[in-house]
Amino acid sequence: MKNLGEMLLRQDSFSEIVLGNTALARAMIESGTEVVTSYPGSPTPEIASALLSVPGEKRPFYFEFSTNEKVATEVACGASLNGHPSCVFFKSVGLNVAADSFVQLSLLELEGGLVAVLGDDPGANSSQNEQDNRHFARMAYIPVLEPSSPSEAYRYYLEAMALSRRKKMPVILRMTTHVCHGKEKVAFGAWKGGAVSTESRFDTSGGPMVPLTAAALEMKRRALARLSLAGCEMDSPAFCEVRKGTDSSRGVITAGLPFRSLLDVLEDSRRTPDILKLGVVYPLPEKAVEEFLRAHDQVKILEELDDVLEKDIKALAFDRGIRVTIVGKADDDDRIGEYTPDKVAEVLAKTWPDMVPLRGAKRQPSLAPRPPQMCPGCGHRSAFHAIRQALSKEDITVADIGCHVLGYLPPYEMGEVLLSMGHSTGTGAGLSLFNGARKVVSFIGDSTFFHAGLPGIVNAVFNNHNLTLIVMENGTTAMTGHQDHPGAGRNANGPSEAIPVRGVLEGLGVKSIREVDAYSQGKLIELVKEAMAEEGFSVVIARHPCMLKYTREQQRNPDYVRKSVEVNQETCDRLHVCVESFGCPSFQRDEDGGVNVSRELCIGDGSCVQTCPVKAIGLRKENRGGEKA
Amino acid sequence: MKRFDIYMSGVGGQGIGLLSEAVIRAADHAGLSVCGVDTHGLAQRGGMVESFVRIGGEVTTPLVRKGSASLILALERTEALRAVEAYAASGGVLLYFDTLWQPLDVRLGKADAVSAEDVEEVCRRLNVRHMAEKRDLPDVRMQNVALLSRAAKEGLIPGVEMEHYRKALEDLLPERVLAENLEVLEG
Repeated sequence: MKNLGEMLLRQDSFSEIVLGNTALARAMIESGTEVVTSYPGSPTPEIASALLSVPGEKRPFYFEFSTNEKVATEVACGASLNGHPSCVFFKSVGLNVAADSFVQLSLLELEGGLVAVLGDDPGANSSQNEQDNRHFARMAYIPVLEPSSPSEAYRYYLEAMALSRRKKMPVILRMTTHVCHGKEKVAFGAWKGGAVSTESRFDTSGGPMVPLTAAALEMKRRALARLSLAGCEMDSPAFCEVRKGTDSSRGVITAGLPFRSLLDVLEDSRRTPDILKLGVVYPLPEKAVEEFLRAHDQVKILEELDDVLEKDIKALAFDRGIRVTIVGKADDDDRIGEYTPDKVAEVLAKTWPDMVPLRGAKRQPSLAPRPPQMCPGCGHRSAFHAIRQALSKEDITVADIGCHVLGYLPPYEMGEVLLSMGHSTGTGAGLSLFNGARKVVSFIGDSTFFHAGLPGIVNAVFNNHNLTLIVMENGTTAMTGHQDHPGAGRNANGPSEAIPVRGVLEGLGVKSIREVDAYSQGKLIELVKEAMAEEGFSVVIARHPCMLKYTREQQRNPDYVRKSVEVNQETCDRLHVCVESFGCPSFQRDEDGGVNVSRELCIGDGSCVQTCPVKAIGLRKENRGGEKA
Repeated sequence: MKRFDIYMSGVGGQGIGLLSEAVIRAADHAGLSVCGVDTHGLAQRGGMVESFVRIGGEVTTPLVRKGSASLILALERTEALRAVEAYAASGGVLLYFDTLWQPLDVRLGKADAVSAEDVEEVCRRLNVRHMAEKRDLPDVRMQNVALLSRAAKEGLIPGVEMEHYRKALEDLLPERVLAENLEVLEG
């Protein structure tokens, strides 16, 4: 097996097939990035897995998962102020959490440089929205580089860090989902090796560093001047590539993955436009854009999500009196969804149908979608199956971010509204006002509890809100790939003191706290009923380790015996509670109306056994004796 | 060579990541240009997962347009049907591992399970050659390698031979499971 950690530390130049995210990890090492911070979130977690594949003692960098994106930004900022080249990375909506500190970064003298890698998610593949973080860049006066492939991600990171160090300013590298997860052979440069500098370079003489009163305006002036200088530097062929087409009267300005999709769509076209592919999307590379506009009669702006480039380019054309027809978004549809080749074909056909070759008729899918499910053995399933029985139909349930959000799907239908990380206690509190008849129950996972859940809980205690919070504690950040969190007893660098959820709740002044294993359904029903009957704020901790993580760890043991349950066909009354109400995906229907258990899926955890009214579910016979299945 | 587009799908947890990475690396060992992308937003099992691999030609985007994949590799029957309907090119090939992970609507009793005949029927209608793989394995987690084995033996990816798939697995699998996986690949 090829060793990723060894590959990332190679000192010679080499080529390897890697993910965009892995290419970034190598770029961090090659560029001498010394401090890297993050909070896990798709599409970026593989950057961390790559970095962490380098054994601790060999890492030419410090890495941490911070408690949330704001703290991650602050740690990277502090390290940069002290002279360490730093990087913070997280997913699109993570920037909302980080924003309070993030918008200040450009006001500082970032001695060591700081690159923020943002994983935007057009198409909302694994996010609650598909926000376009280029808007934040404008607000924060930070330039944005946008790669369209893993090779470019590598090259642009090196450029971004060099620029950031030169100008002591933050630079954004905007990734999108399928650039993060794209795989191709990337040619990497050499790395001379080196240890992290221990010299402290924090120095306020390049200040001011405290943006109070008039200083804030002075700092803003410096930020704007730097942004404009950086913009001029990047207005160069290195970031503005022109490709000639066959129809020189028409041009397309595009960036990122939509550029690649466009090339694909035009592959079989006889008439093709000239293309200006921008690698820097903020500030607008005015020289390159002006030249391109002047050379064409019609220019189509092909950009994913919002009309950021379009607005800037139209303003530029107006200001400079350029006579060209600029075609931007045709309708709201053009602002929605990822610009895959199929989407780009649709968008382009609205403007220039002659350039998009016709494809065969659209095929209608005959199958219902297959949404993600909680895994076999998941403690959340057991908890939801029980909690549903403790609630009345009118009660209101509030979901938070994490695996437990999947409880909103049938058959559980638990968690009827969702905003953002940690919102559930606050939103639940609001729902409880002037609401005597309907009880409110909010859910939160343990990683989210530490990330952004605490202020809502403090508020519920402080303002004496009347709701029940159920903490679904599984000991890990499960949804993004099992990263450790403050309650786990480990961090990215080794063992750490586990911060107990219960202890935190007690410290915050929560008086009513109950705890139970999520597999003890009867007890959980009882405790939830008790908690909901109380006036004021109550918490129930429903705890069970993430069984996907647990089972994977067990499977590494050579003596592991895979267990499973079975349905006794003679006892079974075909009530279908297991398959329709408990809903573990291991239960599958037979054509004759019976139920069987898939041995490929079942892990033999037995959380289902208690759900069968006629006791037809039991551990498979051969498992009882412990013989190998 | 002309570009050869592959679309792969399955259910989260079936190991499509390894399958796709193995195909990419095998193509690279065969000296072909290649790129790909997985959709793997969420870590947990049970949802539909897909992967694209493009071999040969100038690399543009790793994403493949609907109705244009020359080869569909699916790890599960329902997803095989879904994949063919959306991505198969007329004249293409479907190879799938014939196991069934019933989707939610089937388990809730709201839809019928997909049968092997359903898959065949759709393939006939869309002019797609149809192959189902089913074999007993020492571990269900090897279904992806079993599918790769069949693809290798049938020569479904032009220019990529058994030795290339073997090298790919050697790149990807840890020592303790390599031998048994190679047995499934070549056996």
